[in-house]
Amino acid sequence: MAEKDRTITLLVNNRPDVLARIAGTFSGRGFNIENISANITLNPDITKIIIVTTGDHATVTKIKNQLKKIVDVRDVSYLKIKKSVQREMILAKITTTDDTRQQVGAALEEVKGRIISEESDTLIVEVTGKKDEITAALLRLEPLGMVDFTRSGKIAL
Amino acid sequence: MKLTGSQVLIQTLQKEGVDTIFGYPGGSVLDIYDELYRSNLNHILVRHEQAAAHAADGYARTSGKVGVCLVTSGPGATNTVTGIATAYADSIPMVILTGQVPTPFIGSDAFQEADIMGITRPCTKHNFLVRRIGDLSRTISDAFSIASSGRPGPVLVDLPKDIIQDTIDAEGAIYSRKTSEIRRSEPDRDALKEALHMIMAAKKPVILTGGGVILGNASEDLHRFVKKVNVPVASTLMGIGGFPGTDPLWLGMTGMHGTYYANMAISNCDLLITMGTRFSDRITGKISNFASKANLIQIDIDAASINKNVQVDIPIESDCKTALVHLNKLLDENGFTIPEEERQQWIDRIDHWKSESPLSYCDSPSIKPQCVIEKLHELTEGKAIVTTEVGQNQMWAAQYYHFDQPHTFLTPGGLGTMGYGFPAAIGAQTAFPDKTVVDIAGDGSIQMNIQELATAVNYKLPVKIVILNNGYLGMVRQWQEFFYGKRYSHSFIRNTPDFVKLAEAYGALGLRATKSEEIEPTLREGLQSPLPTIMDFHVEQEENVFPMVKPGAPLIETITTRDEL
Repeated sequence: MAEKDRTITLLVNNRPDVLARIAGTFSGRGFNIENISANITLNPDITKIIIVTTGDHATVTKIKNQLKKIVDVRDVSYLKIKKSVQREMILAKITTTDDTRQQVGAALEEVKGRIISEESDTLIVEVTGKKDEITAALLRLEPLGMVDFTRSGKIAL
Repeated sequence: MKLTGSQVLIQTLQKEGVDTIFGYPGGSVLDIYDELYRSNLNHILVRHEQAAAHAADGYARTSGKVGVCLVTSGPGATNTVTGIATAYADSIPMVILTGQVPTPFIGSDAFQEADIMGITRPCTKHNFLVRRIGDLSRTISDAFSIASSGRPGPVLVDLPKDIIQDTIDAEGAIYSRKTSEIRRSEPDRDALKEALHMIMAAKKPVILTGGGVILGNASEDLHRFVKKVNVPVASTLMGIGGFPGTDPLWLGMTGMHGTYYANMAISNCDLLITMGTRFSDRITGKISNFASKANLIQIDIDAASINKNVQVDIPIESDCKTALVHLNKLLDENGFTIPEEERQQWIDRIDHWKSESPLSYCDSPSIKPQCVIEKLHELTEGKAIVTTEVGQNQMWAAQYYHFDQPHTFLTPGGLGTMGYGFPAAIGAQTAFPDKTVVDIAGDGSIQMNIQELATAVNYKLPVKIVILNNGYLGMVRQWQEFFYGKRYSHSFIRNTPDFVKLAEAYGALGLRATKSEEIEPTLREGLQSPLPTIMDFHVEQEENVFPMVKPGAPLIETITTRDEL
């Protein structure tokens, strides 16, 4: 099977070095982290970490088994795309002129983005969506004067 | 009443059943050493912190208890890293206590500060930095629990000096672990039954045991099981001692320097049952050809070791003892019958391989290293605790000292650490003062921790060191001979010291043998001596370890002479 993105969710003890242990497990065993996000949960002692990795099913099983061995990892699960909701977000800075402002507005409507800060010649916009939607939004905004952007890791439920 | 951090530490160690610590003092642990001075804990002062870690490891491997070492911050801590990595590779339960600079100084590049947490994260099962005195006792207790439960391993606890100097109310300061906190997983009964059916139906089965049989104290259950099902047993280097080396069903070690018949049996079997082994590259040879005609049953305590390198047909996640107890019970309850005739044909075929190509070497007037080990086995009646370094000494010890008992062969199998054997022997001798403990070493490896002669002499530990002195880094030279056109690049170590004089300089006994007829008298004298003793055997310089599977070759291509290269 071809390598595709796979999402792993971890519940971990909220300790200062737990992220280093997880990252070390990936680097030490030659696994790949595509993106990562760490969030608080309803329980302040527990952090939820979502990691997107690549590899076939057997590789992801190996990763899961290695992660389970970390003492501060309480739970590891593989998130099935069909059974979960997954989102990423970008913030993009776009320089505009009077001519392009309308085009940007139209593009934002297409990609379901919104303006969150507006100055005379720059806009900061926010787009939230699935991975391919975000990629499409970036492609759409780039020729319209996008000068910088920042992209979050994936969050999922 | 108040307790200091040092008092909390020592009292918690005693509560955990610790009686012996291997260590070396320094600035950050002065308070702990001051408390040790008043306590009745047995502290063995080594001469290098690496040796403290190896000695704690040797103590753990022989006694089955958690080994403990105590060192200072910075270089004291970093010196233990090789010992920790060795224990981690072989799943040895250890607790390493390291001093650390006071918490306000952490991260300031203070004197003797090292980020030992960061350094040891990949080579410990877990590590802790204690940040509050209130956490100290619980953390130490957790360290012991983690080190010894599941698949064992080393756990490091970093102890900042201010935490150790702090005080706490004595009331409730020492943590009591509830026994219910230790869990043991039960193997899948259906998988066990299926495995048993497979074993009963197999015509050519082999059992392959690893270090998990020894760590799990499963040797007796294994022996009972093997006698019932009449299946030959091969072992990894780490599994040696898990099944009697003098039993007729014993095939010896398999892998790169395994016996010809063990390698043939695994290459031709129709069912391989592995217990507590992780399919290391030194065992499998070319992995796609490993036991390629066989169904595989893997019993392992560590889910991450199952299906890691080799895909198996029946995975059983369990410690070896629990699995074997269940298997034996199932055998007793159900009227299983084995296909006796076919099983006997298989055993006959293995016996044929055995007689065709037994472990052997040519006799010679010079000293053959294999002969030294065979003689050692004879004179110690197979009852010694034997440690090794890495390389030729290790392989010959594994091949020619026919271990019958678990916990008697201590070897750095996973990491392959030169300098392991002697300090590990000191640890073993500390655990068993009345047993014969022998380090089988090379002239290269013994020099990596030779300073520990002072420790052995100091504590009157009569450890025996057998040096197979060939003037080379033997296994490096062997590979250079076979695969690098005999270009002996930096493997000839011409300026070895006079080991006899060296032993004497430390107050130990030194003996030397240069001819084959001197082997026995030298061993006899050395073994009888109450002193730590070096026996320096000048062995044939270019003797090679056979059988051998060339790196990357399948086990079926095991060669037994140089001409087959």
